[in-house]
Amino acid sequence: MMKILVCVKRVPAPGSKINVTDDGMDVDAAHLGFTTSPHEECGVEGAIQLKEEHGGEVTVLTLGSGDAEEQLRYAASVGADHGVLVQTDGAPWDPQRTAAAIAAAIEALEADGAFDLILFGNESADAGGFQVGIRVAHALGRPIVQGIKGIEISDESVTARREIDGGFEVYELPRPCVLGVKEGLNLPRYPTMKGRLASKKLEIQSLDATAETGGQRRVRLHRPVEQVSETVILGEGPEAASAVVDVLEELGVL
Amino acid sequence: MLLVILEHDRGELVEAAREALTFGRTLAAKMNTSVEAALVGSDGDALAAAAAEFGAETVHTCTHDVLSDYGPDAFGAVVAQMVEALAPDAVLASGSDRGNEVMAHVAARLDAPFVANCTDVTPGDTWAMTRVQWGGSLLEDTTLEADLPLLTCGLHSVVAEAGGAQEPDLEEFDAELDASHAVTVVKDRVVQEAGVTLPTAPVVVGGGRGVGSETGFEPLEDLAALLGGRVGCSRAVTNLGWRPHSDQVGQTGTRIAPEIYIASGISGAIQHWVGAMASKHILAINTDREANMVVKADWAVIADLHEVIPAIIEEIKRRRG
Ligand SMILES: Cc1cc2nc3c(=O)[nH]c(=O)nc-3n(C[C@H](O)[C@H](O)[C@H](O)COP(=O)(O)OP(=O)(O)OC[C@H]3O[C@@H](n4cnc5c(N)ncnc54)[C@H](O)[C@@H]3O)c2cc1C
Ligand SMILES: Nc1ncnc2c1ncn2[C@@H]1O[C@H](COP(=O)(O)O)[C@@H](O)[C@H]1O
Repeated sequence: MMKILVCVKRVPAPGSKINVTDDGMDVDAAHLGFTTSPHEECGVEGAIQLKEEHGGEVTVLTLGSGDAEEQLRYAASVGADHGVLVQTDGAPWDPQRTAAAIAAAIEALEADGAFDLILFGNESADAGGFQVGIRVAHALGRPIVQGIKGIEISDESVTARREIDGGFEVYELPRPCVLGVKEGLNLPRYPTMKGRLASKKLEIQSLDATAETGGQRRVRLHRPVEQVSETVILGEGPEAASAVVDVLEELGVL
Repeated sequence: MLLVILEHDRGELVEAAREALTFGRTLAAKMNTSVEAALVGSDGDALAAAAAEFGAETVHTCTHDVLSDYGPDAFGAVVAQMVEALAPDAVLASGSDRGNEVMAHVAARLDAPFVANCTDVTPGDTWAMTRVQWGGSLLEDTTLEADLPLLTCGLHSVVAEAGGAQEPDLEEFDAELDASHAVTVVKDRVVQEAGVTLPTAPVVVGGGRGVGSETGFEPLEDLAALLGGRVGCSRAVTNLGWRPHSDQVGQTGTRIAPEIYIASGISGAIQHWVGAMASKHILAINTDREANMVVKADWAVIADLHEVIPAIIEEIKRRRG
């Protein structure tokens, strides 16, 4: 039976701009909802599609505070079978530490057999460290390719497609292996009513997170300086078309 | 010495590699040291002159059967071995897909910290850097304690500029590679698209949830075709299944840089904006004058896009006769 693991991160879902807390140490999420990083949401969907095609089980793992249970339950509502919470106090962890704790958790979970495939996002939506999946793959001694937007699986190997400008590259990896996926891998489904009810009953396995801090330490978050420009309103109806075409003509794109 | 890893593709240095060398010259000056470059894979020799033009004093090349095509693990292994042999004070690559991927492999192999997508770096006993978060919506100041700082510089955080041109010293590097490193080498390459692509289109006509339906995009297609451009969209649209993800502009989509971006029925959420902000000009069409896209645009039409876009198409046809 095929076993697939997906590592997901809980992140705030900001709107028109991102606000930072007064001490600069975190995104001010007081009035925000939370979500799973988009790349990883596609990872969950990809794992469920592989399970539907080939049979097997999907486990979803997150490292974070107890609140991250919400993201595990969401994954269960769209078809994941197991949820694992590697619990921290919720403070942002550096990528080395995150990877070490996730690798240790995976080793513990694999006591009764290795995962055939482990999926990460290409990069987390918030920190964007571009490394946790690669560090974990090395710790486990498995091959990894990033930027994946297509997965096919056979008994021995996994074929993965990576988008490049104007086309794609094809990789072929032996099982077990690890992939860093990108949004566009698929179109994630929405939970059904039945899925939602089932997700409430999901038993979440809790593991302790222990790992040394790495070398990188946050000092503060801040917004990039933006140029503010006056918006010229060209009109309030279709009669503005003439002014729009004047602009296009001026820019030489007509 | 600062070692800069150079990305190249089909016999040419990529623009991001020239940016990394430009970024590297400034950093090396602050470190009071020299810039050397690494060219992994075939074509390395031919590109040494291009690297020197951007300030590399010594160029380390490495060729091997396993390096015939790109492979993240093999490239990472070579750089890790170079680090051990050449003992640089820091290593820098560009914050491209490949640059970040190779550097993460180097970091994993050496068990060293890696800071991705820096926009500003200050060396010292403790290093300090500013780096990109949230795809550019936010910046993070961090400190770094490391024997060997591994860094990438954010794409377009500097404009590539030649400098320090000279005859480069060419050094061939012998890497120890075997079949195990070849597991993740590219097996095949498929070219899909010819012509104008979204990242290079001179005009992008974007549609958001306000377009209302899949068929609602037809007038946007017509307008894009008239202007020799491409249609883009927001994540709301991709999630609704109205357009393929390859059309999505934003943090988890494509970054565009057209002469003009015509954003219609798009509210301008920050994650969309970071994909659109490199556009030279922006025209927003939206019923909501307060929408972020309207506030940030150069020009706006406050109206129903279903009325405005057909009228623009009519007007273009009328002027063209
Ligand atoms: C981690 C993360 C990553 C993300 N990455 C991306 C990304 O890459 N790209 C992206 O786009 N989004 C991304 N998002 C989603 C983003 O936050 C927004 O949800 C999304 O961009 C909203 O799309 P929209 O503007 O089409 O929809 P809405 O926000 O619903 O806006 C619709 C707009 O259309 C206008 N409108 C309605 N009817 C009409 C009409 N008839 N004529 C004219 N105007 C009309 C409305 O006034 C409104 O401004 C991401 C979110 C997260 C959390
Ligand atoms: N706290 C976390 N919990 C679970 N997975 C994570 C966490 N942080 C990072 N990851 C995974 O590692 C990938 C890369 O993260 P990063 O190195 O931060 O860009 C993400 O897309 C996730 O799949």
